[in-house]
Amino acid sequence: MSFERIDPDLVELDVGMDEILINVGPQHPGTHGVLRVLLRTDGELVLGAEPYIGYLHRCKEKIGENLTARQFIPYTDRLDYLAGMNMNLGWALVVEKLLGLEVPEKAKHLRVLMCELGRIASHLVAAAAMGLDLGSVTPFMYCFRERERIVDLFEAACGSRLTYNYITVGGVMADLPAGWLERCEAFCNEFEQVIPELHAVLTGNAIFIGRTAAIGVLSPETAIDFGCTGPVLRASGVDWDLRRDGEPIYTRLYDGYEFRVIAETEGTYPGAKRHPPVPQAAVVGDSWHRFYVRMLETVESLGLVRQAMARYRDSESPCGEPVKLTQKLPKGEAYLETEAPKGQMGFMVVGNGTAVPWRVRIRSSSFSNLSVLSELCRGGLVADVTAVIGSLDIVLGEVDR
Amino acid sequence: MDAQTIHGRLLERFGERIRAADLEAVDPWIEVSAASLPEVCLYLRDRLELRFNMLHCISGVDYFEGDPQRSAETGWQPHMQLLYHLSSLVYRHRLVLKVRLPRWKDGVAGELPEVPSVAHVWRTADWHEREVFDLSGVRFTGHPELRRILCPDDWEGHPLRKDYRAPDEYQGIRVR
Amino acid sequence: MAEYLTQYADPRLANVIAALVHCGLLLAVAVGAAAFFNWLERKVSARTQDRLGPTRVGGRFGWLQSLADGIKLLAKEDVIPAGADSPLFRLAPYVSFSAAFCAYIALPFADGWVARHLNVAVLFILAVAGLEVFGVILAGYASGSKWSLFGAMREAAQVVSYKIPLALCVVVPVMIAGTMDLVAIGNMQRGWLTNWFLFHDPFTFVTFLVFLTCVVAGVNRSSFDLAEAESELAAGFLSEYSGFRWALFFMAERASMVAVSGLAAILFLGGWNGPLPVATWLHLVPESGLLAGWLGNLLGAGNFLFKCLVGVVFMMWLRWTLPRLRIDQVMTTCLKYCVPLAAAMLLGAMLWTYALPGGLLPGGRPIGEVPEGSAAVAASERGGR
Repeated sequence: MSFERIDPDLVELDVGMDEILINVGPQHPGTHGVLRVLLRTDGELVLGAEPYIGYLHRCKEKIGENLTARQFIPYTDRLDYLAGMNMNLGWALVVEKLLGLEVPEKAKHLRVLMCELGRIASHLVAAAAMGLDLGSVTPFMYCFRERERIVDLFEAACGSRLTYNYITVGGVMADLPAGWLERCEAFCNEFEQVIPELHAVLTGNAIFIGRTAAIGVLSPETAIDFGCTGPVLRASGVDWDLRRDGEPIYTRLYDGYEFRVIAETEGTYPGAKRHPPVPQAAVVGDSWHRFYVRMLETVESLGLVRQAMARYRDSESPCGEPVKLTQKLPKGEAYLETEAPKGQMGFMVVGNGTAVPWRVRIRSSSFSNLSVLSELCRGGLVADVTAVIGSLDIVLGEVDR
Repeated sequence: MDAQTIHGRLLERFGERIRAADLEAVDPWIEVSAASLPEVCLYLRDRLELRFNMLHCISGVDYFEGDPQRSAETGWQPHMQLLYHLSSLVYRHRLVLKVRLPRWKDGVAGELPEVPSVAHVWRTADWHEREVFDLSGVRFTGHPELRRILCPDDWEGHPLRKDYRAPDEYQGIRVR
Repeated sequence: MAEYLTQYADPRLANVIAALVHCGLLLAVAVGAAAFFNWLERKVSARTQDRLGPTRVGGRFGWLQSLADGIKLLAKEDVIPAGADSPLFRLAPYVSFSAAFCAYIALPFADGWVARHLNVAVLFILAVAGLEVFGVILAGYASGSKWSLFGAMREAAQVVSYKIPLALCVVVPVMIAGTMDLVAIGNMQRGWLTNWFLFHDPFTFVTFLVFLTCVVAGVNRSSFDLAEAESELAAGFLSEYSGFRWALFFMAERASMVAVSGLAAILFLGGWNGPLPVATWLHLVPESGLLAGWLGNLLGAGNFLFKCLVGVVFMMWLRWTLPRLRIDQVMTTCLKYCVPLAAAMLLGAMLWTYALPGGLLPGGRPIGEVPEGSAAVAASERGGR
């Protein structure tokens, strides 16, 4: 679809005689934020779906060129605002990579603990929003009820519910308060009882399966070609997780932790016996599988949280000392990707010898995940567009930065 | 496969079109000439022992210091750099490709520097190149549809350039 | 009531007064139901979602929440989009509401308690309820927005398609009863629970389930609410309506929910007859006197309204539990599942009544036999009205 602007007030698009051009968004309940998708439809059949982004562009990369490394941490919170801890970690790690800094043991366990809790929180929102998009309001409430408890834990740890500014260059801002671990333990035990409820209303529900199975099928080659990462990539059958396969400075965080990478290998998912079976209608790489991968990852993250708590209790070392606010960055570049809940989140920092970076680059997972939307929606129905966007689990804060 | 071996393979195949490299850096990088970029990328993607099948990121870094005192201290000439972060999901190796471009084409201020597009090699480059065009002002020749992605379509200027000054007004609204 | 008033006044005036009184009562029921079910929906949805719902407006249970909502809606600014077709835009909610409301004219609440005693009541209700879709199409077209148009077209397709299996389902109890007169059908189910048409034969039982599906789809509720799908179409055909106009659509939807629940109650669930013949035991029948008969009818009306309530709560329960079907899935359900099933059940019921006219359970009556002592018999003896 091409268009030329002759008169800025008049936009001519090549639309066929029996086609409708319809705008989903930017204000729309089903687009997970300010996203505009221009649909070209023939009745209910979608012939083209073009995402337009930039409505939430807040010039983070330019701002990063004016702040020191530690001052930039609150800005990272606001990228994927549903998983602020993971964003903090990505930036903190890349600056540590450039500085050649290694945080002590206890800080590592604390970082894993927070990031995996953040992963659970983010996947809960993903599941909730997908249910909501498809008309099922009740799981939204159940998921947010559980997320409230995680967010309360975060508030006790760092004072904030959504934008944490907790994991910073050199370690974390402060150690955990007394009684936090017991509360977290209680949460883990109770959350395990809720997961079957969610499976009952969503994963195994016949109407949900009817709306998501074989919808928006993404082949592994297309996924890699479009730079899709995270659950989107794993649901297409590609066994790739940066916590296991990433750069050493990141995989060292997960040294000694036991967890399974959720991707379908030889027709089954690891640990799938405790979960509803894959329905007949679902095809690897469709929306149902993307949803399923997130549900299974939530359970894996719960296991990781338990392990992190145990190892945190056992470790003696201090909790990490945040570097000076005016810490100078050496000359050179460093790029690091971490496994954020929505995909691989990459940060690049170019230092020039001063405390303020020369360039900050943020490579967000949702940016690439969203680019595959036009491929997935073509040939489907209008109602499938929201199902696909829900299964890709994008957040516009990340896409637009 | 480590950076040394990859560099060796590339030198073997492309010779002088591989300009420079720093394999001891935090992220080993190899600089290629702008014109040879698509060929090198295709080679990296398709060569059986290399198989760089994922392009993670294309970044534009503007090396321009407006302040004359500080520019004397930097030690580099003003130029634009593009960084391509590649990785192979098959072999688990990573690489950074650099392309050095002049800030303006033929020295004429306002004419954007050009580099061939790699959207036909990795389809994700489509959106990344649009972003570099939008924010850093680099034109990608051969791109299917090069238009702004984050800024509005009628925005003027390329914000991430170091000499960018935001306009006073946009469509009648005061911006600064 | 009209005949009663002719003793005192000119027949035409009597008719007008009777009509006004009936409309007043029915409007009270329809609008009151809308308000009550607004509150009930919020409570039911809240409890399903593990929260409380309204707890502040009007006491601990938020009784006056509906009133507050009503006041808010009346006080809103009347916005008509610039691109909208103004006369049609204004007309649409009234068309919808009138159609939904007219179904009450032939719906009996108790033996003889019906605004207009029609002997083709079933046909009338189905026909008039189907007119509601005109209001929706008008609204979708006149809003001047593509989203509204989408919603309206989906709704038109859905409602019209579901009328077919609905009609097939409705024929089954009509055939068992031998009449379309709802009062007579209700009276035939007098007595014990076993007289209800639901238990007449297995085919009618399945027909009831199919009827429920068709009715929920026809009213655009729960999994079939894609015309107003909030997350997809941003309220579809309703997206440009606010304030009182929206309230009218809302009332139309609630009124038709109650009306179809009432229809289900009369056709399958015994209407105003309870599971046990309490009224007969207490001698609250017309033979015992006018007041007794009236009290018996009041009990019956209570029964009937309770069954409507159960129907509506069931629809709410469905809405807050299940996701939404897509339009092609809705059409598939209708044409590939409901229609053949309803047709097969019709055939089965037909053969059953031919072979076992008394029905499955003891005490059943052959087709068309109306029990003695009912107002319908009295009316038919008088020559019928």
